[in-house]
Amino acid sequence: MIRGTIIVAQDTCKGCELCIVACPQDCIEMSERLNVRGYRYAQLKNDTCTGCVNCALVCPDVAITVYRQPKSTSKKIQPAAAVA
Amino acid sequence: MTQVIEGMELVYEKPQTMTDAYLHYCPGCGHSVAHRLLMEVVQEMGIQDRTVGVAPVGCSVFAYNYMNIDMQEAAHGRACAVATGVKRVMPDKFIFTYQGDGDLAAIGTAETVHTINRGENILIVFINNGVYGMTGGQMAPTTLIGMKTTTSPYGREQATMGYPLKITEMISVLPGAFYVTRQAVHTAAAVRKTKKAFEKAFEYQKLNRGTCFIEIVSNCPSGWKMTPVESNEWMEKNMFPLYPLGDIKVPTQLN
Repeated sequence: MIRGTIIVAQDTCKGCELCIVACPQDCIEMSERLNVRGYRYAQLKNDTCTGCVNCALVCPDVAITVYRQPKSTSKKIQPAAAVA
Repeated sequence: MTQVIEGMELVYEKPQTMTDAYLHYCPGCGHSVAHRLLMEVVQEMGIQDRTVGVAPVGCSVFAYNYMNIDMQEAAHGRACAVATGVKRVMPDKFIFTYQGDGDLAAIGTAETVHTINRGENILIVFINNGVYGMTGGQMAPTTLIGMKTTTSPYGREQATMGYPLKITEMISVLPGAFYVTRQAVHTAAAVRKTKKAFEKAFEYQKLNRGTCFIEIVSNCPSGWKMTPVESNEWMEKNMFPLYPLGDIKVPTQLN
């Protein structure tokens, strides 16, 4: 199975929970802590993320960056877009 | 700057055509998704320096703070008229207006209808959430029958307040309209379709054949007094029967 992960910009997230509904793997939860603006923010709760991008597509605050394992793990592909 | 993770490929990040400004919209609002899709399309087509947007009055009045392109603010409802002028002065630029339902369907009906009637070669993005969100959830022309707002506390009655205005169907019969579609941004699948619609609309603008009109049925969690998740469910159940998603007018011949 392809593995992925997300990074949530904690201080940009407004805690609308739309990503939790959109996630087919049920791997996002709201944090117990509050961010600087007083919202609970989204975070990964387990490692079942497949990098399907659904959460990032519905995120109204563009707070989610998605990463995915390359299809063949033997070749180490460097993310070209991430260098800049 | 985007973080690099060892052994992982970056598959999705914020488009470079959006600024780093913090979006002022309420949690769960569809406006920012529409902003992002527009900017993704602008980035992918490589037209950032050739695109001019016209911002409306309404919740999205600060659109120019978030879109890293040339923008012009218009008076309330007059975005289409301003966009007409911009397009005529600079016909080689990609012009779009971004308007809400209070702006486009109420005070700006005349400008909108006549702009499309003239077949101005611009893209009109219309966000329909059934209320005036910015001023506190008053009734808009697109408010559903029976829907409670701050100015229709017992629900909208047809006898005194009329029917919801289906402006997208109205303007689709005008010969100046080239591509008319209605989309949503509440699920990942809907977001992908909406992005496709934006791509088509910008491509059609190169053909110089008429106005492209994209309605986005959106939610207003604050105006509807619901949580974002509830508001999306309510929208699916109540808005979509009256405002069905899909293409309303597609170009039959492209050349």
